[in-house]
Amino acid sequence: MDLDMTITERKMTVRILGELDHHAARCMIRRIEEFIDAHLPRDCVLDMAGLTFMDSSGIAVILRTQKRMNEIGGRTWVENVPPQPMRVLDASGIDRIIRITSQN
Amino acid sequence: MEVTNSMKLEIPSRSVNEGFARSAVACFVCHLDPTLDELEDLKAAVSEAVTNCIVHAYPDGIGIITVRARLFSDNSVEISIRDRGRGIEDVAKAREPMFTTGGDDRSGMGFTIMESFTDTLSVRSRPGRGTCVTMRKRISVRAGQR
Repeated sequence: MDLDMTITERKMTVRILGELDHHAARCMIRRIEEFIDAHLPRDCVLDMAGLTFMDSSGIAVILRTQKRMNEIGGRTWVENVPPQPMRVLDASGIDRIIRITSQN
Repeated sequence: MEVTNSMKLEIPSRSVNEGFARSAVACFVCHLDPTLDELEDLKAAVSEAVTNCIVHAYPDGIGIITVRARLFSDNSVEISIRDRGRGIEDVAKAREPMFTTGGDDRSGMGFTIMESFTDTLSVRSRPGRGTCVTMRKRISVRAGQR
């Protein structure tokens, strides 16, 4: 797992690369929250294009990110979700509480 | 129905083994010539079950997780993931979506994912003795096969 985080004009982009499971998620949540706290972005985009595997740990990463962004009045959405992670998100019904778009 | 192949894997409940367990099962199931979607769904289901052992069965230390898989002549696979850990007081409650005792780095969706991605899921648990999750999935037989 690797994370690539950038910020441009208060829009934060988090690119999640590799496999996102419980082992990866604990470290990932901490790093994302630290980045949010340091930069106080207005928008946060979770870009999943580089994800090769995801289980329900990914749902927790998304919800924790959204929670922290809500606390500072920011918005969060999820983009470029590949087919396998999309099936996990579909099964969870999380698309009712956050905007998610799949990979083209 | 005839068992055509079987495997058993014992691993300590370290989170680094989540990836190993799901990959090992995926390799084994490849004998049934699954589609990529079927294989990925099984990997996710195994990942959920192994993560549950690590987070819930052995919260304060390292214990043994036993992963078994059997292939059957009707092109189905049965996967069981067993621990000797804390056990689940209320299995029905644990299986409810969004229910978790795992803290806010867990989503409570593990059993929901296992149920969604397999044909049958059974959970047997005794508090203080451990839990065994058994999943079964039929792998589609593709045109031209056999």
